[in-house]
Formats: sequence, C-alpha cells, structure tokens
Amino acid sequence: MTGQAHTGRPRRLLRNLSSKIASIPMMLTAVVIFLGGTTWTVVYSFTNSKLLPRANFVGLDQYERLWDAPRWIVSIQNLAIYGALTLVFSLVMGFVLAALMDQKIRFENTFRTIFLYPFALSFIVTGLVWQWILNPEFGVQSVVRALGWTSFTFDPLYNADIVIYGVLIAGLWQGTGLVMCLLLAGLRGIDEDIWKAARVDGIPMWKTYLFIIIPMMRPVFITTLVIIASGIVKVYDLVVAQTSGGPGIASEVPAKYVYDYMFQAQNLGQGFAASTMMLVTVAIIIVPWAYLEFGGRKRV
Amino acid sequence: MSDSVALKSAPAAASKAEPWGAKPRRALSGRNIMLYGTLIVAALYYLLPLYVMIVTSLKGMPEIRLGNIFSPPLEITFEPWAKAWASACTGLNCDGLSRGFWNSVRITVPSTLISILVASVNGYALANWKFRGADIFFTILIVGAFIPYQVMIYPIVIVLREMGIYGTLTGLVIVHTIFGMPILTLLFRNYFSALPEELFKAARIDGAGFWQIYLRIMLPMSLPIFVVAMILQITGIWNDFLFGVVFTRPEVYPMTVQLNNIVNSVQGVKEYNVNMAATLLTGAVPLIVYFVSGRLFVRGIAAGAVKG
Repeated sequence: MTGQAHTGRPRRLLRNLSSKIASIPMMLTAVVIFLGGTTWTVVYSFTNSKLLPRANFVGLDQYERLWDAPRWIVSIQNLAIYGALTLVFSLVMGFVLAALMDQKIRFENTFRTIFLYPFALSFIVTGLVWQWILNPEFGVQSVVRALGWTSFTFDPLYNADIVIYGVLIAGLWQGTGLVMCLLLAGLRGIDEDIWKAARVDGIPMWKTYLFIIIPMMRPVFITTLVIIASGIVKVYDLVVAQTSGGPGIASEVPAKYVYDYMFQAQNLGQGFAASTMMLVTVAIIIVPWAYLEFGGRKRV
Repeated sequence: MSDSVALKSAPAAASKAEPWGAKPRRALSGRNIMLYGTLIVAALYYLLPLYVMIVTSLKGMPEIRLGNIFSPPLEITFEPWAKAWASACTGLNCDGLSRGFWNSVRITVPSTLISILVASVNGYALANWKFRGADIFFTILIVGAFIPYQVMIYPIVIVLREMGIYGTLTGLVIVHTIFGMPILTLLFRNYFSALPEELFKAARIDGAGFWQIYLRIMLPMSLPIFVVAMILQITGIWNDFLFGVVFTRPEVYPMTVQLNNIVNSVQGVKEYNVNMAATLLTGAVPLIVYFVSGRLFVRGIAAGAVKG
C-alpha cells in the first residue's frame, strides 16, 4: 500500500486522507511532545531560567552547579547502588523463580498470581507498606527484639547509611514478579528437545541451565535488562512514599531532584539540566541495545 | 536435580510388562520438598506485606502500640477503614480518601477510553493504511517511550497552560493519552497486522472505507486486545503518581497523591491502622482488576512492560 506514490503527484497529500487524519494524534505526540519537548528541555538546560523559562543562555553553568551539588551526587550514588543491586537481584531471583515454576509444578497459576500481584500495586502503596514493616518501633526490628534478641538493629529507613537498601527491598518486592514472568515466557520458548538431549548426555540440571539454557535465552535477558534498567532511572514515587528522600538527603534520587527543582524550588534551569542528565543515562542504556537489536539485523 | 531417577526407573517399569512409561514420581521425594519448599517460602515473602496491611488495618491503635505487626488482631475493628474513607486528614482537608477515589475514577475512566480509542485507530492506520512517512512517526513514538517523563513534563505544562487547561482533569486526561500512546499503538498495530489480510481486501472490494472497516470489521474482531489494553491502562493510570501531582490542583488530586498526603502528613499523631486501611483502599482497584483478569493481565504486561 506504500508503493503507489509516483502515479498521481498533485494529489499525493490527499491520498489515504482518512488514515492521515486518524494519525494526527500520533504525529502530534511524536513530533511536538516527544521530539519537540525533549529538544526544548535540552536547549533550556543551557539557560539560567528560574521561575519562568527564559532564553538567556549561560553555557554549561547549570551542569557545573548540578555536579557541585551534594544532593545531586547523593542522588546519583543512590541510583547507582539501587540500580546495580536491583538488576542483579531481580534477574537472579526472577530467574530462580522462573526455573522453579518451569518444573511442571502443581498450582502454577496460584504461585504466579502470588509472585506477580505486587506488580499491580502502585509504588506509593509499595513504599507505604514497607515503610510500615520497616518501622523500627513496631516493625521487624521490634518483633525480633521482642523474641529475646534485644540488641537486634534493623532500621534502614532511619539510618542514612543503609536507607537505600530499605528502598531496594521494597522495589524488589514490587518488580521481581514481572522479571519472573518475562523469563518464564523465555524458558517456555526453549525447545523441549534441548532438555531431552541434555538428559540423554547425563548433564546435570544446573549445568544445563547455566551453560545451555541461559546462553540460549540471551535475547530475552537483554530485553528484560532494558526494561528493568529504564524503570530504574525513573524511580520516583517509591522514594517519595517510603522515605521522602530522607533521612536528610540520604535517599534522594535524580527523578526527585528534577521534580523538586522544577516545581518547588522554582529553579527551572537546574531541573532541566538534571532531567537532561537522566536522558543521557537512558541513552547510554538504550542506544547500545537498539544497535544490537535492530542495527545487527540489517547486516544479516 | 535428580533427573537420573526418572531414567533409571524407565527400563525397570518396561521389563515388568505392566502399564509402561516413566514411573510416577513420589509426592514426597527430596526434589519435591526442595522445589515446593522454596516456592512456598517465596510465596510467603510476597504475601507478607498484604497480610500485614490487612491485620494492621483491623486493629485499634492501643493494640498496635502493644503487639507486634504480624500478630492477628485480637479485637477486629472496622473503624480505621471508615476513618480512612471519610475523615482522614491530608493537611489541606479532612474528608478522607473518598475525594481522591472519585477523582481517580473521573481521571481513569475517560483517560482509559480516549487513550484506547486514539491508539487503536492509530494502530489500525499503521497496520492497514500505511502512508508515506508513517513509520518515521511510529519510530519516534516507540523510542519516545524510553525517554524519562521528567524530560517532557515542563514543555507539556507550558502547552497545557497556553490551552488554559493546566491543572484540570481534561489536561490530565490528555497527558495520559499521550503517554499511553506508544505502547498501546504498538499493541494494536501488531494485533491488526496479524489479522488475515483477505478480510481487509474483501471489505475494500465491497467498497468499505477507512472508518467503515474499522467499525464493522476490525473492532468486533479484536475484543480480546481491547480488554488487554483496558487492563493495562486502568492499572497504569490508577497507580500513576507523578502526572497526578504535576498536572492537577489539590482539589482534583488522584487517590495515590491523596494517600501519600494522608500517610506522610507531618501534623498529628500517626494512626498506623488508618494509614494501612487507606493504603489497602488505594491498592484495591488494581488488585481487583488483577485477580479478575488473571492471564490477560500477564499478556498485557508482557506487551506493556516497555512502559516500565
């Protein structure tokens, strides 16, 4: 339906008109919001806009200020810790769960329902529940102390050194079910004959997983990785609900930095610069993946 | 782990000329204990927060101060639920979550309908009526799905302000339609492309046009995908916090924002039971959608995972 462009030049715009009209929302979104909006923010990150956006360019000033701000440094460190551990733990836990689920078990649907339900909940709900469970006065710490271990200390949300791990526990609880589901779908896509061949050769199951199945599932793992990673960069509501960035600035994350500077500190330039840095982070994750995924295919 | 067991038992069973095939595994083999043991422990970990929410919300405050959070309530009270719904304070007002609930309903229903309508027509145009350049827009749309929302928020604020709908429900509905578009368009485009092309061609020969084919043929044939899209959008929009807080005023805050304001408001004594009741109430809608929809939800997130 695309190759007919050369026949009637004058009326080319009118051809397929309904389709074009129907696609107006998509074109506007793509061009005005996604392309235009992103460009606008990047351009204005080089200005000294405060309360209102102003086209007064000051070069890299905002970025210098950003990287000098202790709060931004803490945010980036938190994101790095949270991100690395989320990737490792959710992939490992998700894969172990998926492998267990793939053993032709009974009640598979029940288990799946249980592992996945946190994913249906919002980050706000997740954050608030774990805020309550990790509450040192009433939660896990007090329960263990009541059992007799009186010196037991586990108060991640009130200890600046480990607060990000408290957030991590909640984040993993919410997101691992999704990873399990994606990997389980990948496992189901493996040919049954591979298993039979491995069994005939007498290869133990764990070795089959490690050296045959996991390498075969590379594309699934990469897609999952990209999904988790682009979610990590956006982490915001979880921190707002669970810790509000505290104690002090110990659990701040970049997305919260952006929001606070844009809508509360009335310092738009900083907000734009910080959000541009978020964009750069995502690009670092996405571009190599897109290249491998789509760039490679053309050569074949 | 002990798959050799199955292999060894196979010849033994065959030699007896009894019903053949692999020997059924005993229910209580070491392997099964390990397998189900691990799964059950994991399941308990996942269920624990839900359990804690429920028991806490049914206790009175004196009991919470004395007991531990895992013990079941001695005296069941529904007062925290009533208070969370009707009279909990956010710092701005004291009419509980009910206001947020109705706001969320008024946000979620039109956003879901409009976003699905727009995206399904988009997907249909891309699948069956592709025009020159359509793929360029589609690529931008899909790549855009990975851009952090924070990058695009402020330009949208400006656009909505210029249109005079910044802070209103209409504005928020538009925002949800925009950000739902990449994944939904992809979903519908893939679905419509997989339908047999003969149907489309036959309808064309019979003289049906763009909208006629969409309404009479495509729409009735794709109810399952519409349900998947609805599940995706209802849970996604109900759970949204960022857009709610950026694009609405306090009077029209959605439930998640209201919940956060109730629980994390600094003034007054913390009422943990009311907080947990409020949390459960906010989680109830997506949970119900999740439990009712079952496998369709899994299908939706497999497609919608890109939204992250």
